[in-house]
Amino acid sequence: MAAREGRIHSFQSLGGADGPGLRYVVFMQGCLLRCLYCHNPDAWEPEAGESCAPEAVVEKIRRCRNYLGEKSGVTVSGGEPLLQWEFVEELFRLLQKEGFHTALDTSGQGDIRGAERVLRRTDLVLCDLKFASEQEYRQYTGGSLRATLDFLRLTEKMRVPLWLRHVVVPGLTATAEQVLAIGRLASEFQNIEKIELLPFKNICAVKYKAMNLSFPLADTPAMKRAELENLQRIANQALRSAGPIWYT
Amino acid sequence: MREHDGWKGFAPGVWRDEINVRDFIQKNYAPYEGDEKFLAPPTARTEKVKEKLFSLLAAEREKGGVLDIDTETISSLTSYAPGYLDRENELIVGLQTDAPLRRGVNPFGGMRMVESACRAYGYEISDKVRDSFNYRTTHNEGVFRVYNEESRAARRCGIITGLPDAYGRGRVIGDYRRLALYGADRLIAEKKRDKDELSRGVMDSDSIRQSEELYQQINFLKKLKEMAAAYGCDVSAPALDARQAVQWLYFAYLGAIKEQNGAAMSLGRVSSFLDIYFERDLRLGLLDEAGVQELLDDFVVKLRLARHLRTPDYNELFGGDPMWITEAIGGMGEDGRTLVTKSSCRILHTLYNLGPSAEPNLTVLWSERLPAAFKRYIAKVSCDTNAIQYENDDIMRPLFGDDYGIACCVSAMRIGKETQYFGARVNLPKMLLMSLNGGRDEISGELTGPEGEPYADEYLEYDKVVAAMDPYRAWLAKTYVNTMNIIHYMHDKYAYEKTQMALHDTAVHRFMAFGAAGLSVLADSLSAIKYARVKPVRGEGGLITGFETEGAYPAYGNDDDRVDGIAREQAELFLAELKKHPTYRNAEHTLSILTITSNVVYGKKTGATPDGRQKGEPFAPGANPMHGREKNGAIASMNSVAKLPYEVCKDGISNTFSIIPAALGKTAEERYANLVALLSGYFRQQGHHLNVNVMKPELLQAAYDDPEAYPNLTIRVSGYAVNFHKLSREQRLEVLERTFHEAV
Repeated sequence: MAAREGRIHSFQSLGGADGPGLRYVVFMQGCLLRCLYCHNPDAWEPEAGESCAPEAVVEKIRRCRNYLGEKSGVTVSGGEPLLQWEFVEELFRLLQKEGFHTALDTSGQGDIRGAERVLRRTDLVLCDLKFASEQEYRQYTGGSLRATLDFLRLTEKMRVPLWLRHVVVPGLTATAEQVLAIGRLASEFQNIEKIELLPFKNICAVKYKAMNLSFPLADTPAMKRAELENLQRIANQALRSAGPIWYT
Repeated sequence: MREHDGWKGFAPGVWRDEINVRDFIQKNYAPYEGDEKFLAPPTARTEKVKEKLFSLLAAEREKGGVLDIDTETISSLTSYAPGYLDRENELIVGLQTDAPLRRGVNPFGGMRMVESACRAYGYEISDKVRDSFNYRTTHNEGVFRVYNEESRAARRCGIITGLPDAYGRGRVIGDYRRLALYGADRLIAEKKRDKDELSRGVMDSDSIRQSEELYQQINFLKKLKEMAAAYGCDVSAPALDARQAVQWLYFAYLGAIKEQNGAAMSLGRVSSFLDIYFERDLRLGLLDEAGVQELLDDFVVKLRLARHLRTPDYNELFGGDPMWITEAIGGMGEDGRTLVTKSSCRILHTLYNLGPSAEPNLTVLWSERLPAAFKRYIAKVSCDTNAIQYENDDIMRPLFGDDYGIACCVSAMRIGKETQYFGARVNLPKMLLMSLNGGRDEISGELTGPEGEPYADEYLEYDKVVAAMDPYRAWLAKTYVNTMNIIHYMHDKYAYEKTQMALHDTAVHRFMAFGAAGLSVLADSLSAIKYARVKPVRGEGGLITGFETEGAYPAYGNDDDRVDGIAREQAELFLAELKKHPTYRNAEHTLSILTITSNVVYGKKTGATPDGRQKGEPFAPGANPMHGREKNGAIASMNSVAKLPYEVCKDGISNTFSIIPAALGKTAEERYANLVALLSGYFRQQGHHLNVNVMKPELLQAAYDDPEAYPNLTIRVSGYAVNFHKLSREQRLEVLERTFHEAV
């Protein structure tokens, strides 16, 4: 039984920011990336968190069915959910059987065969495309852009609707060039529905402090709303000008 | 029955033969399923009146919350000369005293309250007023002539607090619509007939009391006519047009708040009633949309000027100078048609035309079947103003029909047919501590309850603790019912609501509205005892004054049946115990889980509890989980509260919910849709009430640091809305520390 259990960081019964409608969000424990701007360092350690069987998670979610109307559903986030793809596959299978919409919030880093198994049970992928060049991706996250692109191609092949997300950090990724590059990359995928720019926030500094870790971006200011909106326009334009989208 | 000029164009029904406002509404109203695009902005005249209102409110703030007090006159319907806000521009007239925001004194509930309130704001009650009460008894005096030592001790230690024994009890909703529809003369004739009929039967103490009450009702309907006449209006006959309908209705309400200083004096359910008059005038070309909105705007300006004179102590319990002019909006009819009308939107629209405000206390009766466009609109109003609350029509309608109102925050009653005896609340965590200490108060050490064996073991055991609570629950319930019986006997005797009861049927059903505070603290404490290890810490003389809690326990607010079941059971046990004791005038026992802002004071008066709450720390408001203990987000928290059964807590279960805008959705439309989904879910889950705040905690922090810079910041607290700046520092701090739901 233990193999089927997942290590879970936390549950958020009300998510309004991770996918369409209201979402029940399951945050998985464990991530191998070390993104410079990570806002959940407490979700890094794979052995931490609470162990939970998929059926028990479904039971928690079932109690929230009344709130999760049309277009709403469940998002599995993290941490990196693909690290525990067996658990997520089973969870999504059970959820889809009960009619819940399933969304996977991932960096796309992980075992590609595992990812394929999960994607068969996934109604929507939210993929965080962190940097547009291999060099930056390595430097700021410790991972490989190629792995994410492989994952994205797989979602395209399997025709899973895709939202690309990108965290904009002042002084790091919050530039028109960076956002344009992300937009261009995104437009290569036929299954993309939208790009969501996520504003960097520095409120996670307290988590680093509590864990006795230094937060490299402690002095970086939060994104300004007007600037974020401006960058979002640029991203939307880059996506639109790239041609028709056949999924939406 | 002859058809009156005021009734031209209305569909007939039994409402013409008997006093039956519901029948009038059902036969004449126009359900509205559309959106809010038809609404009109404020007219130039409204802008002028609004400017006057705002400058008066600013002056009131500058003077520390009370602009002026008339210490020479005893408040009543006809004791002041007519007052105006802006005689040239106002469409609806009438003020409580002769000048806007000048507060009257109302010593019928109690003289001491009036004296100390005057003093707190630098005034002294006049000899004239004091002397007139040398020759009559106040409600407060009556109560204290009879209170026994148990009631006094329970009050003193704060296990029962906020009792209406020194001021008007409120919670009575007159059917103010009756004056508009029928005129005073018809109402007087009906009451005279009832009195005659009564006098032909056996005269026993019940019928003698009823008969004298009818005399007083008739007398005050006459005074209502006199009051209106001073403003040049003749309310003896039905209102002829929409302006008169609003005016007559407002006069009826005004008469009530001149006569009474009740804790909560709701408006009822007036907007869809008035809609019928608006639609008639629109049809006749007498008004256009701007004209209709202007009438409602002006009416609401008057309601925003309503004030009672309160003491600082009172403000601790009921912070923010509230009136609870609660207006119930929307809901569904028993025949399946929605009771949403265009005027449901119009009354909400006053929050835009006049800016957000705590009063009137706009309360949407939520049903699954409300029109979709209206659901979106109210979600938008919540996101824009934080000024409205929601209550579940789908669980109230089966019990109260489709013409009920909300007294205060969450107390449903059929308008004009039911009323309630308000009873504040008991402190449940204190009851637990008293049980462990064998009847002694955990703070003073004084023996307050019946003397028993203090808890002796090293660790608290669940079964022993719940057994120890039984006799103290029984004692508390008996003391509480006795105390309430005394209070309401005396209020009926010395401060009877003459105007409001004249606007009720003569035979009314009465509720006795008991209440409980600290349910989440009690549930978590018992959960800690059951699932963790709790060691009592004993102080002087063996008094248990603290607890060492080792290990984790399931906390209320996480959709965990282990502890949510405890909360439910404790509510059931308390109501069952209350029901063992007969009530004054055979009122029906009901229970609310509501605190207003008294959760702060209750916490202050309560020692440390086994859940880890420190001595003096505030309780959560209403039925809310303790802040910081909800680990699974808002829906799990709502699910815990929704498990409290409405049939047990028929006087209402208050839940306050705050969320940052970004957690609700990225765009405005997403936020509206998600809020609608959230409300649908909570009410499908059988939740009763939800206060909704959509705001950033940073905004509250800024307003906390510099309240004067945010004079209009409105926030929902427990069953009502307040201007944040009007709360005490402690209350503001407590609001600030509450859980704001945000996604990780």
